[in-house]
Amino acid sequence: MRAMGIISLISLWFIPVLIGFILLYGTIKKVPSYERFVEGGKEGIRIAVSLIPFLVGMLVAISVFRASGALDFFMNLIRPMLEAIGVPPEIAPLAIIRPISGSAALGIMSDIIATYGPDSFIGRLASTIQGSTDTTFYVLTVYFGAVGIKKMGDALKVGLLADLVGITSAIVIVTLVFGN
Amino acid sequence: MVNVIWAAMIIIGIVFAMVNGTMDKVNEAIFEGAKEAVTLCIGLISVLVFWLGMMRIAEEAGLLKKLSRLFKPLISRLFPEVPNNHPAMGYILSNMIANLFGLGNAATPLGIKAMEEMKKLNGGKNEASRSMITFLAINTSSITLIPTTVISIRMNYESANPTEIVGTTLVATVCSAIGAILIDRYFYYRRSRKRKG
Repeated sequence: MRAMGIISLISLWFIPVLIGFILLYGTIKKVPSYERFVEGGKEGIRIAVSLIPFLVGMLVAISVFRASGALDFFMNLIRPMLEAIGVPPEIAPLAIIRPISGSAALGIMSDIIATYGPDSFIGRLASTIQGSTDTTFYVLTVYFGAVGIKKMGDALKVGLLADLVGITSAIVIVTLVFGN
Repeated sequence: MVNVIWAAMIIIGIVFAMVNGTMDKVNEAIFEGAKEAVTLCIGLISVLVFWLGMMRIAEEAGLLKKLSRLFKPLISRLFPEVPNNHPAMGYILSNMIANLFGLGNAATPLGIKAMEEMKKLNGGKNEASRSMITFLAINTSSITLIPTTVISIRMNYESANPTEIVGTTLVATVCSAIGAILIDRYFYYRRSRKRKG
């Protein structure tokens, strides 16, 4: 647990120390720091505003799909397949939703933990899955949207397959460490 | 492909609502989804403005170049298309470091800048280059030292040891990152073979 303490201390100090360092280094190198900060900041506004249509489109589609009951239907279709390859049935909804919607996954994960307890096998597995993968759809929408990439190539396939690897390894590792 | 997936999600959703009688929920979802997206973007403004401002100073002071020179062997192997000492490298590295420390809101602006630089390297085309796909693959499997959100939820539900999942999470995330890089390589070689054949 001492290593944990050190890591969380680094996380806490990291940003303020980094900011101080950049400003000190920039001043020594005679960079007009305030002017450059404002310039870079303007670009930030431009990017944030240009992201709005991409995220509105994606989030509306995902919430319509979820609210209509279509997502539940497809989850019930995929669940037997996931169970066949060894995914515990309680975890299946989380495994399916994790790459699609970050907020929905967080909701499902909290629900699993509330139902089975944080220190149960299922609770530990849900925590590990939630922490070890990211929302592929969101990352794709934001990064490609911000710079105007229209042809995504293999990016979605690669991202989703990587999620599958992540969830599989989470199941294997949690089973090895905490047993069933 | 995005166009088809996007349209299909909405169309299937609406057809389902007709059959299931969930039209009221779908109506609500349209406006809730749109509102959530705008709220998210407004929330992003503050971090984007702050971090892109700081990074502009770091870039002009030469800090990004220094950083990329330090980690050159690793990054040039992962991103062979990015030339040495190109600003893209500095941004890719800063994004990875921010992710490692769980600083998601600092990581996003840096990742966007990295993407922008990689687009320039790709002649400004609107299609994803090899390095962009590699970068995204690594980002979607985000390597994090401490999953803070998960720990706080576990604390809320009175876990006897909220941080006990840090180790398993780290191992799983490293596996998925390695998996992402291998899968990305596989798809790249498949693409280049197709182009030649």
